[in-house]
Amino acid sequence: MLKKQSAGDAVFHTVNYFVFAVIALLCIFPFYYLFINTISNNDLSSRGFITFFPKEIHFSNYAQVLHIPGFGQAGLVSLGRTVIGTAFAVCGAAFLGFLFTKQEMWGRKFWYRYIIVTMYFNAGIIPWYITMRNLHLTNNFLAYILPAIVSPFFVILVKTFVESLPAALQESAQIDGAGYWVIFTRIVFPLITPIVATIAIFSAVGQWNSFTDTLFLMTDQKLYTLQFVLYKYMNEASSLAAIVRNSSGGQGLDLANLQTPTSIRTTVSMIVVLPILLIYPYFQRFFVKGIMIGAVKG
Amino acid sequence: MHNSIQAQNGIKSVPGKRRLTDIRPKYRLFFMAVPFLALVFLFSYLPLYGWMYAFYNFRPGIPLAQTDFVGLQWFKSIFSNPTQTGEVLRVMRNTVAMSSLNIAASVLPVIFAIFLSEMRSARFKKSVQILTTLPNFISWVLVYSFAFMLFSVDNGLVNQILMNLGFIDRGINFLASDSHTWLRMASWDLWKGLGWGAILYMAAIAGIDQELYEAARVDGAGRFRSIWHITVPGIMPTYFVLLLLTIANFINNGIEQYFVFQNAINKSNIEVLDLYVYNTGLIGSNFSFATAVSMLKSVISVALLFFANSLSKIVRGESII
Repeated sequence: MLKKQSAGDAVFHTVNYFVFAVIALLCIFPFYYLFINTISNNDLSSRGFITFFPKEIHFSNYAQVLHIPGFGQAGLVSLGRTVIGTAFAVCGAAFLGFLFTKQEMWGRKFWYRYIIVTMYFNAGIIPWYITMRNLHLTNNFLAYILPAIVSPFFVILVKTFVESLPAALQESAQIDGAGYWVIFTRIVFPLITPIVATIAIFSAVGQWNSFTDTLFLMTDQKLYTLQFVLYKYMNEASSLAAIVRNSSGGQGLDLANLQTPTSIRTTVSMIVVLPILLIYPYFQRFFVKGIMIGAVKG
Repeated sequence: MHNSIQAQNGIKSVPGKRRLTDIRPKYRLFFMAVPFLALVFLFSYLPLYGWMYAFYNFRPGIPLAQTDFVGLQWFKSIFSNPTQTGEVLRVMRNTVAMSSLNIAASVLPVIFAIFLSEMRSARFKKSVQILTTLPNFISWVLVYSFAFMLFSVDNGLVNQILMNLGFIDRGINFLASDSHTWLRMASWDLWKGLGWGAILYMAAIAGIDQELYEAARVDGAGRFRSIWHITVPGIMPTYFVLLLLTIANFINNGIEQYFVFQNAINKSNIEVLDLYVYNTGLIGSNFSFATAVSMLKSVISVALLFFANSLSKIVRGESII
C-alpha cells in the first residue's frame, strides 16, 4: 500500500511484532536451553548456572549416555517401529482410502462409518488391554505395528484427496481393462504422493513419540522405546549417573564432564528430540496441506 | 494381476451375463478391504467384549469363568459406596475442569491467527508459524522434561532467575505442588498446541476474498472493524467444526499428559477419567470396577458425539461423522 501509515497503524504493528516475537521465543527457548545444558560443564549445569549461554563447551555427554544399559536397544526399538509402522500405515491408508472412493463397493457407506466412528469411540483402556493380552500382543513388537495400520484420519485424508483427482484418469484405465489393483498401483498411488508424504510424516512422528502403548503393554525391557526410557530416566537419573560414572572408569574425567542427574536427563532428552528437529524443516511445508485436506471433512 | 484379468473378462463378457459383472466388482472391492476391516474389528470392536468384566468380580490371574458374576454391583457401588462416589466425582470434576479450560482456550488460536495474518512481512509470518508449530511435534514426556529443566526446585531456570533478581531466597517447588494444577496443565497444552491450532485458521483467512477488505476500506472501515465484520465471520465455520469435535471428545482428554505430570502431591487434582481408570485398573488391579467406570465414560462420550453431530446437522446441515 502506498498509503501513508497512520500513527495507530504504527502502534498496532509494533505491538503485534513484539507479542509474536515473544510467543515464538517462548516456543523455541526450551529447545535451546536443553541443548546448551547438554554441552556445558556438567558441574555448572547441575547447579543451575547455565542460563542463556553455554559455558565450557564439550560434547562428551553424548558419548557417555550410550553407556546407560538398555539405551541402545530402546533406540533400535523406536527406530524399528517408526520405519516399519510408518510403511504399513501409509500403505494401509492409501489402499483403504482408495477403495472407499469406489461407489460400487458393497456396503461402502456402512464400512466407512464403521471405521470413522472409532475416532470418537473406544471401549476403554482396560477392555483394550485385556484384548491385547488375549491376542498375545503384550510384550510383542507387533503391538506397535498392527493397530497403526488402519488410522481413520489417514483414511479420510486419502479418500478426500483421491476424490479430488479427475475421474477420467481412472475411467480410461478401466476401459483399457485395468483392475482395481492395477489402477491403484499404477495410476492412483503416483498421483497421491503429496498426501502420502503428509501421512508418512504424521505417522512417523506419532510412532516416534508414542508412549502409552509401551506403558500399558510392555514389561519386557527389550521392547522399551526411547520415549519410555526417557520417562524412566527422569526419575532414575541419579543412579544412572553413578552407573555411567563407573562404566566409563573415570579415565581423565573431571567434574566438568562427569555425569550428573541433570546431564543424563538433558542429554537423553536431546537425543530423543533430535530426529524431530532434524526432519522438521523438511516436513513443515507438508502439514499445512495435509491438515487442510483433512479439514474439508473433519 | 489376476484382478485385472477378472476385470478384462468382465468387460469382454457377453451382454447376457452383464448382471455378473455388475455384482462382482462390488464384492471384489469389499473383499480387498476385509483385512483392514478385520484389523479395525480386532482393535476397536473386539475390546467391547471386555465390558463383560464389569459384571464379574474379576481378579488378574484367575480365569473369568471361575470368578463370580456380580451383575450391576460395580455400577451400583459407584453411586452407593461413599468413597467410590467421592472418587468418581473428584475425577469427573478434574475431567470437566480441564476440558472446559481447553474449550475456553480454543479461541486463542483464532486470535493468534487473526493478528498474525495482519502482519505485513510474509517472512515474519512464516517464521512465527514454523517456530510456534514445533512444540506440537514433541511428546508429552519431552514436555515433562522441559518442565523439569525449567521449573525444578534446585537448578531450574525459573527459580535461578527469580533468585538472582531477589524475588525469592529459596527455590519454589513448582513441580511437586498442587496449586493451580488445572491451569498449569492447560498452559502446557496451550504451549504445545497454540501454533498448530492456528494453522487451519490462517488457511481459512487466506481463503477470504481480498475484495471484501478493499470494499470495507473504501467505505471507511478501520482495521478492527474489518477484522470484526470480515475476518471473524470468515473463520466462524472452521471454528464451529473444531468446536464440535472438541465437544465430541469432551471426556476423552487422554492420559499421556496427565500421567507424566502426575505425582503424589498433585494426584487428586490431575487424575482425569482415563488416568483414574489406568491407576485403579492396571496399577491397583481393580479391573472390574475400573471397567465399569470406563464403560460409563464410553456411554457418555457416545451421547456427546450424537449431541455434537445433531448440533452440526441443525446449524451446518452436515454431519461430522
